[in-house]
Amino acid sequence: MERPIYLDYQATTPCDPRVLQAMLPYFTAEFGNPHSRNHAYGWRAEEAVEAARMKVASLINADPKALIFTSGATESNNLAIKGVAHFYQEKKDHIITCATEHKCVLNSCRQLEQEGFKITYLPVDSNGLIDLNHLKEAITEKTVLVSIMAVNNEIGVIQPLAEIGKICRERGIFFHTDAAQAVGKIPMDVEAMNIDLLSISAHKLYGPKGVGALYVRRKPRVRIQSLINGGGQERGMRPGTLSPPLCVGLGEACAIASAEMPSEYARLKVLRDRFYHAIKTGLEEVYLNGDLEQRIPGNLNLSFAHVEGEGLMMGIKDLAVSSGSACTSASLEPSYVLRALGVEEEMAHTSLRLGFGRFTTEEEIDLAAQKIIKEVNRLREMSPLWEMNREGIDIKSIKWAAH
Amino acid sequence: MAYSTEVIDHYENPRNVGTLDSKDDFVGTGLVGAPACGDVMKLQIKVNAQGVIEDAKFKTFGCGSAIASSSLVTEWIKGKTVEEASTIKNTTIAHHLALPPVKIHCSMLAEDAIRAAIQDFKGKQKAA
Repeated sequence: MERPIYLDYQATTPCDPRVLQAMLPYFTAEFGNPHSRNHAYGWRAEEAVEAARMKVASLINADPKALIFTSGATESNNLAIKGVAHFYQEKKDHIITCATEHKCVLNSCRQLEQEGFKITYLPVDSNGLIDLNHLKEAITEKTVLVSIMAVNNEIGVIQPLAEIGKICRERGIFFHTDAAQAVGKIPMDVEAMNIDLLSISAHKLYGPKGVGALYVRRKPRVRIQSLINGGGQERGMRPGTLSPPLCVGLGEACAIASAEMPSEYARLKVLRDRFYHAIKTGLEEVYLNGDLEQRIPGNLNLSFAHVEGEGLMMGIKDLAVSSGSACTSASLEPSYVLRALGVEEEMAHTSLRLGFGRFTTEEEIDLAAQKIIKEVNRLREMSPLWEMNREGIDIKSIKWAAH
Repeated sequence: MAYSTEVIDHYENPRNVGTLDSKDDFVGTGLVGAPACGDVMKLQIKVNAQGVIEDAKFKTFGCGSAIASSSLVTEWIKGKTVEEASTIKNTTIAHHLALPPVKIHCSMLAEDAIRAAIQDFKGKQKAA
């Protein structure tokens, strides 16, 4: 069977062959422990890890000494949020985050809530962005951290990072951003944006799975309490032997992203616009979820009114996409991100997330648009809601029995 | 999640998609589910003077299993009397389509749709 066209770049990205090439020697010949100080094996591995650290730092305009390697963005987010909360808990106990954050941020906050911390979950506007006035109003004397994601994983919207950073710096509050979906896609600058902590995931930017990084500002210094105890590696913030091949992979992925970002951004925007135009021309009643302008070019989240998302995915099985309809999950609840935007449940059930990336071609985009249009039309002919819509019946006027 | 071949067959080649005249006294219409839950089924039956379902049509908003469940029951109820049709159980539908536990509600909805259509038909007959 031919493999489906991959349009799920927010879930993960393929490891770039150049990244893999850079990694390979560190699995075999260069196998040293980067923390071994007494021989050349260790020194060479350490050199490779430090060179990788420089590359990661350079992509976000950071001091390499302020970067620590982790297993991925989930760990980085846990470490940043719980680490800051626990270190400063004697003085401050309030954290501000937002309703559309990734589950690892929300669940870290839930955990802290159980420990007695106070958490504010900011709402988002219908375009998916937070209101800076809400942020300002939520800040108290007890606020230690603001954690707002850079780019949302479902709807691709970019939060106003520089503005948030400015507010936090003025009020003496640490600013953490989960930048898993942003790094390598849009310019990120911890200095210009006043970011104090920043989470990175390698596999979202064509690196290997199982590695990430956390930026922890040194000037002015941010202190965090480690989640685990060990031999003091990564300045005690993340002990454990580093994996040189994975660190090298992340470094190489960052170097490639750094070199290719402007051209790749432009290329993806052309593809994205081409796809969106084809869909909007071919179908009525398609709605974009999330802001169109404040958005990475590699994401579209669309609701195809009156066609259920999982049913649609089954019809476009030669496209690998994901849906905001959580019909596959046990909860049967549609996406909490779309709900936070105020998207009605029935519309949330009709959404598809389409992710474009480095290996997406124009041919694939055209084929995908064509297949989606064909299948949406087929399913609408089968949809009682579409029939009502065509007859001018408002589905909200019907008394539905919840089940 | 992998779908059974039966589900795929009904999803790709749904039987009896369409609409009957809901104003006809011999047509019963059942509309069950809710858009907010991600499933809506409309099932219609046309009953002849002998009480036999001579035609059945459906339209469904939902996942592949919901579409397959409704398509399957339209096949099953055609040619049956109203009484026979009302004995179809969701477990039989779920078993035939090899639905996983998380999709059992699709078969329950299809059973509800048959009952609702029959009830609508009987209501019309009483009124007539």
